[in-house]
Formats: sequence, structure tokens, C-alpha cells
Amino acid sequence: MKTLEDLKKIREQTLQAMKVREGEHNCKVVVAMGTCGIASGAREVMAAILDELEKNSVTDVTVTQSGCKGLCDREPTVDVIKSGEAPITYGFVTPEKARTIVTGHIINGQIQGEWVVATQE
Amino acid sequence: MREISLHILDIVQNSIAAGATRVVIGAEADNNRDLLHIYIKDNGRGMSPEMIEKVRSPFCTTRTTRKVGLGIPMLVAASEMCEGGVQIRSEPGKGTEIEATFRLSHIDRMPFGDIISTIISLVAANPELDIRYEQTVNGELFCLDMADVRRELGDVPIQSPPVLGWLKDYLNEGIGQIGTIP
Ligand SMILES: Nc1ncnc2c1ncn2[C@@H]1O[C@H](COP(=O)(O)OP(=O)(O)OP(=O)(O)O)[C@@H](O)[C@H]1O
Ligand SMILES: [Mg+2]
Repeated sequence: MKTLEDLKKIREQTLQAMKVREGEHNCKVVVAMGTCGIASGAREVMAAILDELEKNSVTDVTVTQSGCKGLCDREPTVDVIKSGEAPITYGFVTPEKARTIVTGHIINGQIQGEWVVATQE
Repeated sequence: MREISLHILDIVQNSIAAGATRVVIGAEADNNRDLLHIYIKDNGRGMSPEMIEKVRSPFCTTRTTRKVGLGIPMLVAASEMCEGGVQIRSEPGKGTEIEATFRLSHIDRMPFGDIISTIISLVAANPELDIRYEQTVNGELFCLDMADVRRELGDVPIQSPPVLGWLKDYLNEGIGQIGTIP
């Protein structure tokens, strides 16, 4: 049985791990969660991103959400914002594509060009 | 939407957009009354009485990226199809409560779906938000308050992978004990 007490242990372990890894990737991932995004699968995309980050023991990437950004016809969309680089918006993202975006772009720095639907300079 | 849990995720987005810092999400299934009742209560900016009147129509939205608001009209359609309905109570500056009912056994009722995934997405992407989840099945209650989780965690971010992993297991076990909603 899991209990709230378990969190004390997790707390100690995580604090140590965080110190080691801080600042390696410096990246923010934003999943659009308007009605249009959710209806086209944003929740599953978010779950895939969280899972892939965990599998690769990446703890210094912030995953967050936004409302609808007006790209309703290209949902689910995911922004990858690396510090010092222009934000990249991926569209029609599936859980599988999301995993490739995590390993390819976020971890290995390779922008997945064919899935990009918008960039900002 | 394919699941009631996705509607819940969507309705909570309205609370987040309204600047809420606390959201209570509840689901209550009762076989005797043949009723599924969901509720989302927030402390966001609230709505005026005129807004509450209009919000069932898809042409009502305060968003600027798109001219129609779909979230509430879709929930209304889903519940009315199942002999239920949506109630909205709101007060400007205080908050909003949205309730939806469904006849539990109605043939058109969409599955309740993956509520754990809905909660994990919300927690991971909104670590500052105080989310409480309550599920009642035939009178038995399970609840989890992120305020309690955060208190135990101290400086450790609630969205760190080991915490999310714990959360998933805890919700699975707790919900498993009282019963999942079909
Ligand atoms: N919890 C809430 N607090 C304050 N205002 C709300 C709340 N829920 C809804 N509203 C108001 O009602 C409007 C309509 O909501 P609805 O979910 O139907 O559409 P939307 O959020 O504007 O767009 P969409 O859901 O399609 O992304 C919102 O734009 C907002 O102004
Ligand atoms: Mg909405």
C-alpha cells in the first residue's frame, strides 16, 4: 500500500538526484490544452512526454500547458522552448511522435523538422 | 470527447484560465440511484449572472484565439443525451461550481475513462495549483488533496517523476479499493 509517508523517502532521494542533474537540458515543453487540444489527444501526448522524460531520467525539463493558441486545426500541438533557441511548435503530435520529440529534440538537440508547424524568431 | 475524464480535464482548464488557485474535482457514482454526478469547484474569478446564462451557447467565449467556446456546450450535450444536465453556480470574485449528471446505465453515456491520467496531467503541468480529487462509489469515498502531498514534499517539486509515479500508484490503489467508475 502506498501512503503519504512514502513521500518522505522520495523527498530525500529526489533532492539528491536534482542536485546532480540541474541545468543539463534547460528546456520548457508546453502542451496546448484548450478544448481543441484535449479533444484531439493532448492528454495522451502529455502522458507520453512525462513517461519518456522519466524513462531517460531527465529531471530538469519543465513540462507545462497552455490554453488554445489558435492552431486548432493542427492540434495536438507541443512547443519546445530551449534556452537560447527560437521556440519550435510541433503539430498533429501523437504519443509516438511525442516520444521521438523528447529523445530526438530535447535530449539530443535534433529538431524533428517534418513535424514543425510554426517557429518564432 | 471520448471520455468523461477528458471533459473533466477540459472544464478544469476553464478554472485555470479564470486564475483559480484551488480546484476540487469530484465524481460520484451510485448504482441504486442510477446516477453519475461530476462536479468541479474553483476559486477563480467567477462569472456574472448574464455570463452564466450565455455560456451554454457555443458563441459565448472570452477567449481571443477562436470565436467559439466549445467546452461547456459539449458537456451540456453529453449529459443531456443521458437524461442528465449541467448546473452552473458562480459568483464574480468568489468562484465557480459546475455540476453535470448522467444516468449511469444510459446506453449513450460515454465511459468515465482514465481519470488518473487526467489528474496526473493537471498536477504535472500546474504544480502550484491545489487540486483535490474526490471519488465516491456507492457511498464509499476516496479523496486525495495535493495540499497534503505538497506538505510532505517540502522543497521537492510535486511534478518530479518519482512523485508522479507515487501519485499514479496511490490513486490506482485508492480508487481500486472503492471501485472504478465504468
Ligand atoms: N470556471 C470558470 N470561471 C470563470 N469563467 C468561466 C469558467 N468556465 C467558463 N468560463 C467562461 O465561459 C466561457 C466559455 O467556456 P467554454 O469552456 O465553453 O469555452 P472556452 O473555454 O472559451 O473555449 P474552449 O473550451 O472551446 O477552449 C469562457 O471563455 C469563460 O469566459
Ligand atoms: Mg473551455
